[in-house]
Amino acid sequence: MQNFGFQKPRDLAAAVAAAKKAPEGKYLGGGQSLLPVMKLGLAAPSELIALSGLAELKGVRVEGKELVIGAGTTHAEVAASAEVKKAIPALADLAGHIGDPQVRNRGTLGGSLAHDDPSADYPAAVLALGATVVTDRRRIAADAFFQGMFQTALAPDEVITAVRFPLPEKAAYAKFPHPASKFALVGVFVARGAGGVRVAVTGAGPSVHRSAPLEKALAARFAPEALAGVAVPAGGLQNDPFGSAEYRAHLVAVMARRAVAACG
Amino acid sequence: MPAISLKLNGRSVTAEVEARTLLVELLRERLGLTGTHVGCDTSQCGACTVHVDGRSVKSCTMLAVEADGREVTTIEGLAAADGTLSPVQAAFREHHGLQCGFCTPGMVMSATELVRRNPGAGEREIREWLEGNLCRCTGYHNIVKAVQAAAQTGRG
Repeated sequence: MQNFGFQKPRDLAAAVAAAKKAPEGKYLGGGQSLLPVMKLGLAAPSELIALSGLAELKGVRVEGKELVIGAGTTHAEVAASAEVKKAIPALADLAGHIGDPQVRNRGTLGGSLAHDDPSADYPAAVLALGATVVTDRRRIAADAFFQGMFQTALAPDEVITAVRFPLPEKAAYAKFPHPASKFALVGVFVARGAGGVRVAVTGAGPSVHRSAPLEKALAARFAPEALAGVAVPAGGLQNDPFGSAEYRAHLVAVMARRAVAACG
Repeated sequence: MPAISLKLNGRSVTAEVEARTLLVELLRERLGLTGTHVGCDTSQCGACTVHVDGRSVKSCTMLAVEADGREVTTIEGLAAADGTLSPVQAAFREHHGLQCGFCTPGMVMSATELVRRNPGAGEREIREWLEGNLCRCTGYHNIVKAVQAAAQTGRG
């Protein structure tokens, strides 16, 4: 790994100021995505600005009809949080199945979203729940946040501070994990709430995305049987040694049925 | 080079490290604690598992500078000063939870966090928890038995 400068700012303002001075720098969350990428030589930032320990990024709370989770909250903390389990149990369940316990002890919500791996779990929850990504300077709707493979709406020096999840009536996540990495070969998050029925798919395509045919069928009737015979097009899905596009399209429908069934 | 200080297996340690130094490199190459192993170096196999502030982490995927001010425990820090094995270590010996031993330090560190957090964990919870630790010899069966026995003592 190429060497880099390392800074551990005291507060959010200092972190953003440091990033503005380091155009080739990167923020470091829990490092469970960024460090592997750097070890492979796929990223070589001049500077790492560590966000661990910033009080502004911590905390889980319910505010009105929204669950607000600080971006620095680890997957293990979300999975174990009594507030999350009560407000959106599907989200606690999702967090408890990311990677493995050691990854969950380090990895953070904000880090996962900023990295935006096309097979990551959290983007599916954020998109299906119609969450709002809060940064140091603005609020970004989930539909505008994810812009393609490893591409988000974030400016290079912008920090995610929290995510605001509207409380759904029903929600569940079903994933078919790759047996070694635990990344989703296909993961489907289904939610019904004030914004109607939203279905977000991760792992299957070049980026997390909503599935129009599944949403349409579930809006008509929110039940697993409503998905019988609904075709998920394979066009544009990933075709790689782990699975063909057709196989992934088939899995999307299966995972969607399982998620709806899990909604009860 | 950044200077860091941490508590390592109960003792205060200070070191100057390059920013890119991984925690496992600091432990093995600078401090001579070679009980922590490097298997895959891609945070999948778990051989490098250590505790940071009581939580198990993969030390190949954490920067040494991020351990500044933290408490780090390695496999060398589990047994008592007189050599008495920790309950998890003793259970691995009793139940033959190892063959070649390469994965064992990581297995023991990971299992120790589980047993401390969730005493009485059952087989299914143990198998799920050990997802991040790969063993190529035992077929996991005796590892799970060992962890189950340690979990029943309620002490990690």
